Amino acid sequence: MNTVELGTQATDRAVNANDADVPFIRVRNLTKVFLARKSKRMRLFPGRQAAKGFTAVNDVSFEVQRGQIFVIMGLSGSGKSTIIRMVNRLIDASDGAISVGGKDVCSLGPTELRAYRNQTINMVFQHFGLFPHKSLIDNVAFGLKVRGVDKGIREAKAAEALRLVGLGDRIHAMPDQLSGGMKQRVGLARALATDAEILLMDEPFSALDPLIRKEMQELLIKLQRNFKKTIIFVTHDLNEAMYLGDRIMVMKQGKDIQNGTALDLLEAPADPYIEEFVAEVDRSRVLTAGLIARHRHVGQPDGPVRPSDGAERVSEGTVLHELLPVFAAGAERIGVVDQQGESIGIVTAEDVFAALSPKGFSNAS
Amino acid sequence: MRLNIGDWFASMINWMLANFGGFFDAVSWLVNLLVGEVANVLIGLHPFLVIAVLAAAAAALTRSLGLTVFSVLAFLLIVSMGLWPEAMSTLAVVLVSVVFSLAIGIPMGIWAALNNTVSKIVRPVLDLMQAMPVFVYLIPAVFFFGVGMVPGIAATIVFAIPPAVRLTELGIRKLDLELLEAATAFGAKRSLILKDVQLPLAFPSIMAGVNQVIMLALSMVVVAGLVGAGGLGGVVVQGVAQLDTARGFEGGVAVVILAVYLDRVTSGAQSLGDVLRRRRTRKEQRAAAASDPAAAVS
Ligand SMILES: Nc1ncnc2c1ncn2[C@@H]1O[C@H](COP(=O)(O)OP(=O)(O)OP(=O)(O)O)[C@@H](O)[C@H]1O
Ligand SMILES: [Mg+2]
Repeated sequence: MNTVELGTQATDRAVNANDADVPFIRVRNLTKVFLARKSKRMRLFPGRQAAKGFTAVNDVSFEVQRGQIFVIMGLSGSGKSTIIRMVNRLIDASDGAISVGGKDVCSLGPTELRAYRNQTINMVFQHFGLFPHKSLIDNVAFGLKVRGVDKGIREAKAAEALRLVGLGDRIHAMPDQLSGGMKQRVGLARALATDAEILLMDEPFSALDPLIRKEMQELLIKLQRNFKKTIIFVTHDLNEAMYLGDRIMVMKQGKDIQNGTALDLLEAPADPYIEEFVAEVDRSRVLTAGLIARHRHVGQPDGPVRPSDGAERVSEGTVLHELLPVFAAGAERIGVVDQQGESIGIVTAEDVFAALSPKGFSNAS
Repeated sequence: MRLNIGDWFASMINWMLANFGGFFDAVSWLVNLLVGEVANVLIGLHPFLVIAVLAAAAAALTRSLGLTVFSVLAFLLIVSMGLWPEAMSTLAVVLVSVVFSLAIGIPMGIWAALNNTVSKIVRPVLDLMQAMPVFVYLIPAVFFFGVGMVPGIAATIVFAIPPAVRLTELGIRKLDLELLEAATAFGAKRSLILKDVQLPLAFPSIMAGVNQVIMLALSMVVVAGLVGAGGLGGVVVQGVAQLDTARGFEGGVAVVILAVYLDRVTSGAQSLGDVLRRRRTRKEQRAAAASDPAAAVS
């Protein structure tokens, strides 16, 4: 056996390890201090205000696994946008480290940074950020144009991405001919077209009205099932956070005050601020069968439950609201399967009621 | 104590004249050549042919029947007043000064938009250039280039550059921050962002600058007549000098006609980019619908 082979194996293992348990995005002690603009007055009286700045993000650490939707939640001004912009270096961090796939993002040179933005990480904007002078297909093809892809190929890819978001028949329209929801579909398509693994979404649905918003959330889930992107999603709406997020980090005045699953937040809010938020949540529409089944499974470490255990079967993304009619029809337990059809476990009516009542989980298990 | 700023300025001009005389001669020669050629072409062609071209340009750029008819009648009026050669020589002077002003002003504007330091330096200089009474430029210009058309053009260029710089800078800077972020977030180089996003979106503002440059250049025409630039300016100056009201008025009317024509045509061109883009889009949409009727219906 020669060294080259050994080397290859080592790389393989590294990649596998990345996939399995090493977090894809790792953020450590991230801090951003915005320095107030130096005015003449401050220079004349240096002692008073000079060194002070505004700390928008204060010592925040988190990790995102490959294929996860990681939600950053918090009120206006809590530093969410600042964090997300530091991940693709639209803003440079004051302190701390960000690594993506093992690479240190903060030390990338200009050329590497452009390549990183173009190939690894894309962004969807709150106000869509569509170029008003370009047709939809040119908007969506922009990332590929930057990459230097041939016109024919990039237009084919862009058209395909537009088709995926349901705009396949409008590829030559101009952005100002579209409604808000459709514009954000274009924003999504633009981020999908480049095949970047990471998607940064800064309140992408906040500017949309509630029905369209729901529709877009469902579209995102549907797309995510096929594409398995790694997504950092910013929102100030806890319902949205819980519906979409595999993990949720709650921000308050620049600090991360809790980081956990939707269940963790419901069960053990770390702060009165989060408790207040949680009280507003419609649990039946954010808690999913998968969550409950996994939770049960943790409580009963005797291995996965076989599919035959449940008469009815639902996919893990089903919200509890949709289970209620099944139980009403007389079912005692419902089997839960993941996207591949593998069994995760079961839920009983009791589990569901417990989960729906405040502080219910701890009592049930 | 009296500070002799005026004297200093004068001696700086003398110094420049002594050291860069050859340069000024070369510029003078070049500008004369350019204006002469353009004027020769405009005057050499049959007036009706030139009028037809000007009217066609108005029709193409503004898509307005009224303006097209107006330009035909108005230019015919100039011909009938016997001022056609003067009008064409003025048009040549305006065209050449505008080309120079834009060639300097637009790149300066882009630079100022991309670089805050440049912007900070350029702004007071532009203020100075615009606020200074234009006659002041004429004096050194005559020193540098002698009496005639060239000092008039030089003064015109100095006077007309500011709006080109300002409106180019403004057009680029007022771009929505999110669009800039979007382009950056997709890894685009600054040069690509400029070419593909900032300049196309700044186009209406830049065209507004072009329009103002043209109007300022035209307004300098009469002033330039004072230093022997000829053309309609010369006609007006003559009318004033000889107290010939009729001649002066006719010269003035011809200037106004040129001004209205150039103003309407260039402000019409501001929205031209939009019009063309939309037409192209519609064409593509129709093509898509024709090739794939199913998609068009759904
Ligand atoms: N360039 C800047 N200079 C100075 N302060 C800034 C700058 N950008 C943001 N801030 C401040 O930092 C804080 C956090 O801003 P950020 O945009 O990250 O908040 P956010 O959580 O995204 O809020 P929102 O929900 O309103 O988007 C705010 O108080 C804001 O005023
Ligand atoms: Mg924000």
